[in-house]
Amino acid sequence: MKKLINTAESVVDDALNGMAAAHPTLRIRDRVVYRAEGPRRGKVGLVSGGGSGHEPLHAGFVGHGMLDAACPGEVFTSPVPDQIIDATRAVDGGAGVLHIVKNYTGDVLNFEMAAELVEGVDVASVLVDDDVAVQDSLYTAGRRGTGATLFVEKIAGALAEEGAPLARVAAVAGEVDDRSRSFGIALTSCTTPHAGKPTFDLPETDVELGIGIHGEPGRARVPMASARELAGIAMEAVHGDLPLRGDLLVMVNGMGGTPLMELYVVFAEVAAFVRGKGARVARSLVGNYVTSLDMQGFSVSICLLDDPLTRLWDAPVETPGLRWGR
Amino acid sequence: MDTDVLVAWFAETARLVHRERERLTDLDAAIGDADHGSNLDRGFSEVARALATSPPDTPAQVLATAGATLIRRVGGASGPLYGSVFRQMGKSLTSPVTLAGFAAAFEEGVVAAERLGKAALGDKTMVDALVPASRALALAVRDGVGVREAFEQAARAAADGAKATIPLQARKGRASYLGERSVGHEDPGAASAALLMAALATVVA
Repeated sequence: MKKLINTAESVVDDALNGMAAAHPTLRIRDRVVYRAEGPRRGKVGLVSGGGSGHEPLHAGFVGHGMLDAACPGEVFTSPVPDQIIDATRAVDGGAGVLHIVKNYTGDVLNFEMAAELVEGVDVASVLVDDDVAVQDSLYTAGRRGTGATLFVEKIAGALAEEGAPLARVAAVAGEVDDRSRSFGIALTSCTTPHAGKPTFDLPETDVELGIGIHGEPGRARVPMASARELAGIAMEAVHGDLPLRGDLLVMVNGMGGTPLMELYVVFAEVAAFVRGKGARVARSLVGNYVTSLDMQGFSVSICLLDDPLTRLWDAPVETPGLRWGR
Repeated sequence: MDTDVLVAWFAETARLVHRERERLTDLDAAIGDADHGSNLDRGFSEVARALATSPPDTPAQVLATAGATLIRRVGGASGPLYGSVFRQMGKSLTSPVTLAGFAAAFEEGVVAAERLGKAALGDKTMVDALVPASRALALAVRDGVGVREAFEQAARAAADGAKATIPLQARKGRASYLGERSVGHEDPGAASAALLMAALATVVA
């Protein structure tokens, strides 16, 4: 598999060097991506992180109105506690720091260790677990954090920017997670730089349902179908778990290797499904935001909005990956 | 058992993991995210380098260095989990090191990983190789067998435990997302734990 890399070992650092060169609003030190201007006194700091390979998540969401720092790990591997500790100390403006953690065993363990070890900073954390493909039971590691991570980072980021206290920012972040659900479908696997070959074989004739964002196989494999049918499968799974009602924030997210044109084809079907359930697409996002390297496919994420959440979603944001109103 | 044996254990583990990294990554590709081999290869070679650069004075220091290096350098779940095994072993191990003392410290290390990962025997994780190895060591101590035979029995128990994960459905870790589709594959964490025990048997052979 051809890749635009120098070496598999250096891919994460090489990409971070590129981000630093491209975006003067960012400052990158010891594998942590910060806002160049540093912490603001009295503002809650937002730190997230996770494996690399999901770009623009998380480093691309560092900036005004969103994250204060992101800790990128190796490809699909959570960051280590040292990175998270550095980030937490550096972004604390005296009002405490919120850790936004996707629910994977590795991410949870490393963020927990960091939160225990960092001293003198008030730390709260929110776990994102929006993926309805995983049954939330004693027999799994719990639902994965996927597309709704962007919703949590944007809305909590807006609230922190307004000067809300840590407990309130954490509570609203949790509320966004509670109101959000996602489901993903892959047309192909992805190829990690280290492995150099696709993580799983998926014939031309089939798709994987209920995939996560690490190229892991999904819950089931079914024959390839039209965008309408696939969007229907994803939306039925979401609607079956959290009935759609009222105003919705809807994201059709590309997994990294799917043309935007096809994502819009999917969005049209998703929007029709939403209307069919008597709900309304109040806000939308279409593009590659929470990706899985070069995987082809999409995920759909919805959040049940109310007026305060809509206002926070609309608030100005200025990051490499998301930017409006400023 | 002295400091050199434990240093050799990690050197041999690093060698085995490097040799088997593709197999570990392939196992992980089937039911996870295809990075177990490269992550552990990176982690244990860092451990070997750390132990070579600043040689520890005591067996407990070897384990503490190994644990801290894995936690600080690997990431993912396997870094903290393996790191906790060795860090706890380092805290529990008393000098001079006897087989009974090693077996007791190893058991506490395994318990630390079980607690951190909230995993139990049969969940299709590294615990499925570590716990049988720990039990084999305890039996060897009870039966008064020699160090070499004890470690061989532990290595066999770990290898058997890893193979026994094949028919299991994962209940913890990334493989649990697959539900029934995790059945029929060996758990990569159990496979790497078996390598760890094989390395131990090799260095005292």
